[in-house]
Amino acid sequence: MSTVTTAAADRDDRSAGGGRPAHRGTGRRRPRFGRGIRGNEAMAGWLFVLPIVVILGVFLFLPILMAFWVSLTDWRGQGSPFKSGVPFVGTDNYTQLFAQDGLARRDFMTSIRNNFYYVLIVVPVQTALALGLALLVNNRMLKAKGFFRTAFYFPSVTSSVAISVVFLFMFANSGAINGILSWFGIDGPAWFSDSRGLIHLILGLFGVDSAPAALGNGGPLGLTWWEWLSGPSVALCAIMFLVIWTTSGTFMLMFLAALQSVPVSLDEASEIDGATRWQRVRYVTLPLLKPTMFLVLTLGLIGTWQVFDQIYVMSQGNPAKTTLTPAFLSYRTAFKDLDYGQGAAIAFVLFVIIIVLTLAQRWIMRDRDEPRRRFRWLR
Amino acid sequence: MRRALMRRRSSGFFGRGAAVAVLAAGTLLASAACGGDGFDDGGTAAQQTTGPASLQILIGSSGDAETTAVKDAAQAWATKSGNTATVTPAQDLTQQLGQSLAGDNPPDVFYVDAGRFADYASVGALEPYGDKVDNPGDFYQSLKDTFTFDGKFYCAPKDFSTLALEINTDLWTKAGLTDADIPTTWDQLTSAAQKLKAKGTMPLAIADTRDRVGAFLVQSGGWIVSKDGKQATADSAENVTALTYVQSLLKGGLASYPKALDAGWGGEAFGKGKAAMTIEGNWIKGAMTNDFPSIKYSVHELPAGPKGKGTLSFTNCWGIAAKSKFKEQAIDFVKAMTTVDQQMSFAKAFGVMPSRQSARDQYTSAFPADKAFIDGAEYAQGPVNAPKMDSVLADFDASLNGLAKGDPKALLGTLQKNTQANLGG
Repeated sequence: MSTVTTAAADRDDRSAGGGRPAHRGTGRRRPRFGRGIRGNEAMAGWLFVLPIVVILGVFLFLPILMAFWVSLTDWRGQGSPFKSGVPFVGTDNYTQLFAQDGLARRDFMTSIRNNFYYVLIVVPVQTALALGLALLVNNRMLKAKGFFRTAFYFPSVTSSVAISVVFLFMFANSGAINGILSWFGIDGPAWFSDSRGLIHLILGLFGVDSAPAALGNGGPLGLTWWEWLSGPSVALCAIMFLVIWTTSGTFMLMFLAALQSVPVSLDEASEIDGATRWQRVRYVTLPLLKPTMFLVLTLGLIGTWQVFDQIYVMSQGNPAKTTLTPAFLSYRTAFKDLDYGQGAAIAFVLFVIIIVLTLAQRWIMRDRDEPRRRFRWLR
Repeated sequence: MRRALMRRRSSGFFGRGAAVAVLAAGTLLASAACGGDGFDDGGTAAQQTTGPASLQILIGSSGDAETTAVKDAAQAWATKSGNTATVTPAQDLTQQLGQSLAGDNPPDVFYVDAGRFADYASVGALEPYGDKVDNPGDFYQSLKDTFTFDGKFYCAPKDFSTLALEINTDLWTKAGLTDADIPTTWDQLTSAAQKLKAKGTMPLAIADTRDRVGAFLVQSGGWIVSKDGKQATADSAENVTALTYVQSLLKGGLASYPKALDAGWGGEAFGKGKAAMTIEGNWIKGAMTNDFPSIKYSVHELPAGPKGKGTLSFTNCWGIAAKSKFKEQAIDFVKAMTTVDQQMSFAKAFGVMPSRQSARDQYTSAFPADKAFIDGAEYAQGPVNAPKMDSVLADFDASLNGLAKGDPKALLGTLQKNTQANLGG
């Protein structure tokens, strides 16, 4: 950074300030691009990044713009969406998701509810598990580290479709999970056909089986309060198990990399100061892991809001729409119902949700010790 | 000072950069425009009428038997007519078809599921050629209705299936029931079920979808939409009666959804002997011979409701893309696929029922056990024939899941509201 600044300052001095006349009396006007041997650096820089700019532009940015256009139309998937005959509907596709009482809004809100519970449980649990595993395999006393690292990382490198299918067998009514539960005298649920929400089940234990009058009628955005407060369904919980198990390995690897760059001397110094094991983790290791923690939480947040393949393979939104997620709903609306405009609109709303949540998370995790950096995320 | 310098520098960088960025964006747009022949306004595809055509045929196959049979038939047609025909079995027909239609490059001929038909017909993806095949009046009227949209008969039904009542003979006799007890009305169904239940057998396995429970709506004289598919009739008194009856079966322990019996579908619950009866279509034959060969069972027409007999039919048609370059040849291909002989050989290969009435006698003599299925064709109701209905009906299925505890009237009210919103808009 400092060298760059110096270079810039140099140039500034020569061209504008420092008391030196810019023209040196020659009377010739210096062209803007021809300032010394460093004058064309920016141009050269752009030339070097041009290939990737073009590739990202053609395959990422342009399709996003096209999708945005589709989300403003009622294109039904016949030929190009840029033809003159495609009906332009403005923000109808978006208002249907939020303002109009109908199936589209109900489905969308149900999917938001499901995904919200999913994120709420998966992100903290997978982060905690990944951190725990990383601390475990980073332990200097541990034998056969290589074996454990490989074992914990293995689920992450296996194809998610293959794992999903294996989980389908494990969670079948007469599958391994229910077999193990039956050893303890527990009659396991019919996992992938059980649409009861966890919170509803817990309330059921206290005798609240159906919606109390206060919650049963009315509620925001087309769902009743009782429906909003259902909690994740049993089927969704099975998918959560799977995702936590597969992704914690990847995140463990990130934590492990960060842990290995924590200087041993710090740890030893705190040990000499009389810190307990827990204090060392809490006050020495964790603060040093903060950037990694931010990375893991952000990736976790983005990944969980976009959950698709497990849903596609395992449940397709069933039972009773309790595993419907916005990403899957977007796919289904576009490719199954041929309502591409609505599908694209859902995708854009999901995009906004992810951006907003990531920014909010950045704001919460900002460094409070340095007030000057507070608004840096805005830039 | 340092800050100011940095800012200045960066503004200079981007000031110049902006010009480059605009240039790059311009290149992108230009390249996109060049790449996209999709920017033209299309219109009707130019037809190639002379010379050999190469037909692309996309099928949603039920298995190897069907794929092979269709491939052989297509090959025979190609050799005879001097064209070529490539049959591709789709992994996911709806999605693949959706993609190729959006890409302006659809296959010439493809299977169209009756439940999806209106979606395609309403957006103009299908060529309405129905009346150009030989003797279109020979197709069962209910199937023709299924593939008629806005008064036009679009495509020739490939084959069809109907629902019937399957009874496990052993469990039936064990409960002291005889052939005389085979139910022909709802009341008889209830009483037979009660006798089975008394012996500790689950009487009936029925899947929680409109494709099974819907049969009761038809028997009760109702249906989700009106005959012309323009009005929502979901909350009619007939439908409420039907669902209340189904609910009474579920509540009384006389019927159960397959998932509660640890089965994926009715046929599996039936084959495992977990239910004495089930309501499934003729596809159950294959499953029984392959997976549960030891179970003895008989097939009967569904018991009649207050308004007479009723069943549901499921069918595919041979859709021809409106954008196909070889429409003439494609129609010729479909003609060859829907002859009585060809339909009979498909029936023998993979167990479907011919969609032509003139094939009926041949079929019943070849497969006498299927009489109940083919008799259903007379009074069968096809799937809901209106566009964009799939998500509405999926929502209905989800609510049927909770029928035992739910209120049939409220459930149908939601269906009515959603259907109306869809048909109106």
